[in-house]
Amino acid sequence: MSTKSDLLLDMRNIEIEGFSDERWHPIIKGVDLSLNRGEILGLIGESGAGKSTLGLAAMGFARPGCRITGGQIMFDGRDLRSLKEPEKRKLWGSRIAYVAQSAAASFNPAHRLIDQTIEANLIKGLKPAKEARDDAIELYRALQLPDPEKIGFRYPHQVSGGQLQRVMTAMAMATRPDLIIFDEPTTALDVTTQVEVLLAMRNIVEQFHTAAIYITHDLAVVAQMADRIKVLRYGEQVEEAETRRMLSDPQEAYTKSLWSVRSIQKEESTSDDYVLELEGIDAAYSRSLKVLKDVNIKVPRGRTVAVVGESGSGKSTTARVITGLLPPSTGSVRFNGQPLPAALKDRNLDQLREIQMIYQMADTAMNPRQTVAEIIGRPLEFYHNMTGRKKEARLSELLKMIELDDSFADRLPSELSGGQKQRICIARALAAEPDLIICDEVTSALDQIVQEGILNLLLNLQKEFGISYIFITHDIATVKAISDEIVIMFQGEVVEQGLKSEILSPPHPDYTQLLLSSVPEMDPDWLDNLVADR
Amino acid sequence: MSTENYSAAGEVSQVRTRRTWLHRMWIGLRKAPLTAWFGMIIILGYLICMLFAPWIAPHGEAQVFAIPYAEWSETHRLGTDQLGRDIFSRLIFGARNTVGIALLTTLLSFFIGGGLGLIAAINRSWLDQIISRVVDVLLAIPSLIFALMLLAAVETTTPTWSIIKLIIIIAVLDSTRVFRLTRAVALNVVVMDYVEAARLRGEKLGWIMRREILPNIMPPLVAEFGLRFSFVFLTIAALSFLGLGIQPPTADWGTMVRELSTFVNYLNFDLRLGLLAFIPGGAIALLTVAVNFVVDWFLHQTSGLRDEH
Repeated sequence: MSTKSDLLLDMRNIEIEGFSDERWHPIIKGVDLSLNRGEILGLIGESGAGKSTLGLAAMGFARPGCRITGGQIMFDGRDLRSLKEPEKRKLWGSRIAYVAQSAAASFNPAHRLIDQTIEANLIKGLKPAKEARDDAIELYRALQLPDPEKIGFRYPHQVSGGQLQRVMTAMAMATRPDLIIFDEPTTALDVTTQVEVLLAMRNIVEQFHTAAIYITHDLAVVAQMADRIKVLRYGEQVEEAETRRMLSDPQEAYTKSLWSVRSIQKEESTSDDYVLELEGIDAAYSRSLKVLKDVNIKVPRGRTVAVVGESGSGKSTTARVITGLLPPSTGSVRFNGQPLPAALKDRNLDQLREIQMIYQMADTAMNPRQTVAEIIGRPLEFYHNMTGRKKEARLSELLKMIELDDSFADRLPSELSGGQKQRICIARALAAEPDLIICDEVTSALDQIVQEGILNLLLNLQKEFGISYIFITHDIATVKAISDEIVIMFQGEVVEQGLKSEILSPPHPDYTQLLLSSVPEMDPDWLDNLVADR
Repeated sequence: MSTENYSAAGEVSQVRTRRTWLHRMWIGLRKAPLTAWFGMIIILGYLICMLFAPWIAPHGEAQVFAIPYAEWSETHRLGTDQLGRDIFSRLIFGARNTVGIALLTTLLSFFIGGGLGLIAAINRSWLDQIISRVVDVLLAIPSLIFALMLLAAVETTTPTWSIIKLIIIIAVLDSTRVFRLTRAVALNVVVMDYVEAARLRGEKLGWIMRREILPNIMPPLVAEFGLRFSFVFLTIAALSFLGLGIQPPTADWGTMVRELSTFVNYLNFDLRLGLLAFIPGGAIALLTVAVNFVVDWFLHQTSGLRDEH
């Protein structure tokens, strides 16, 4: 695939600093990066490792609040650091392109897709409009978008997230750049969509012999895409090697820890004592928009039920029904054997206390203006009337339970890492002393190691306090790690429901099969094999 | 295994240096542009006039001297007006009355508009509809004319009541704009998971308003407060100029502009006398400009669009 001799990008000893809290902090501490024509380099690391910053530096660009303080960036024989802004701008969008994580946020909602796809060609005067448009349609076809002739004439909100991400790739490819930087392009997509997008992106990059830097925290994804993998941590390089060698024989302890497939395995068990029973639930957001159809779910006490499905399958709506935010149109919810009032406002304090919720984005689940002590302290005083010393003692107990210490009490959410934030949310739920915790994609925004820490914590808490979980997720690996029972949802209906071992072993209904086979595996041949199978 | 060298407390996170409120403010002020400094100094000057008017002013607010239309002199810096009152003293007392009443009015309008805006944003149902439509109707009527109408329609007997009437009418009319803004910015916060979490916890409306939403929408509200204050201040001055605002003998700049503007006719004969009306007028303009400078800087600070370092 790659020719060794043809060096496209050569970054030496890059140092980047970021400004915060009235000081400059190092973000990248002297990293080398080189890339040949037509080669794909995977850049991997936890959040905060500096991978996006390094990726942008490959364009000679530093985000606002960041500055490149040292090193040399040679792109195709030109030193990007010494180039003036207008000259760099000439390169950007024509010879170097960037594909961002959230396609939805990166498109202008007021313009048609095709106009945005060819915009770079027109601005740089590379191609006349007619030619550029025909070329864009060719690219749509190469990216396997449905109806390539017409899809460009839609607006961003009229296509799905996966399609939008592919259009964005087409936009990046439109000028036939020498280098594309992909910054977590599939992180926001469902697994079933992710496969299509990955495949399309890999094919087109190969077809035009474009070099790429692929930034991600998902190891299985990078294994499919990259020729070489570079691992970053704390702004420094940990290790770099060819993909196959890296997967089979990682050298550093940190890399090994990333590579070790999730070690948690829960022995499944069940019970006839149900903490929560949903019977024949129908729910709708308006008269025309029916989201749940005859949903029956039972949650055994002290066990974990994983609700699996892609976005739009109704799994989050199910959570809203249970919490009382969306009263169902028909059907009943029973909690601890007693019927639970459908609407939130009809529930008493105890009923509210017994069901707690943990959210996917810990960032938005905590008030940015409240300290950890206020966030965790509120349920203590609200449900348990704790004040003063008693509250403080309980607070420090809770912090210990989530493996943090008292020094965190006066921090604001912005002063916590992603994993710590999620732990604080768990502590807030625990503070209420609930019977049931609904976990809505609680680990999907976190790095591998951190995810594992959170899942272990949840399992230990379950063992100790007998809490039941409803675990909403689309990540099969998480399901395997934590659940006793699995519910698979598709388009508002329960497709399959049962013990973990039953659901995960064949034969599967069609949808379950599709879902399970779409989960990327560490094997670098996985994507090719999958294509061959389908 | 992977969890061996992992500790939750050891995860990388950036803890800000603990600084006192004063220190943080000083850091902000150090970076303030000249216009903001200018604005702040002017506002400070007005505040001093407001608070210490009886001590600064050489004469009383409504003290009448023997000679009307007196020349500028040692005793009467800016001369006396048609009744023989010291213009310089009335200017200083005017700061207290005009600015003070405008401030009270703005506070009241934020209390009404902000409160209703928050309720509407959280409620999002029929209540939101009712309040929003009423506000639409009020906004559709030109506010100065509406204010004139209401002020003329409501009878008051004492000067105190007439000031209270003025404050309430202007505050209610102005609160419609505050309502719009508060509702709009609060809507962005209401959809956050932490507000849903508070609701699921069973929190009452008041808590959600005060503790969950209000702290997160403060910056735009504070900026709007500055702007609304300017407009209220101008409205009151305009009403006083028309004779419906603050009633004499209470000194205020709008009334002073009206009274002194008759001297404009003498511009050909006595320049100082003819331009007297521009002094209270200038005081009004200067404060408005100063407040806007500060608001601009504040908005720039909090908008998060700062590229420079």
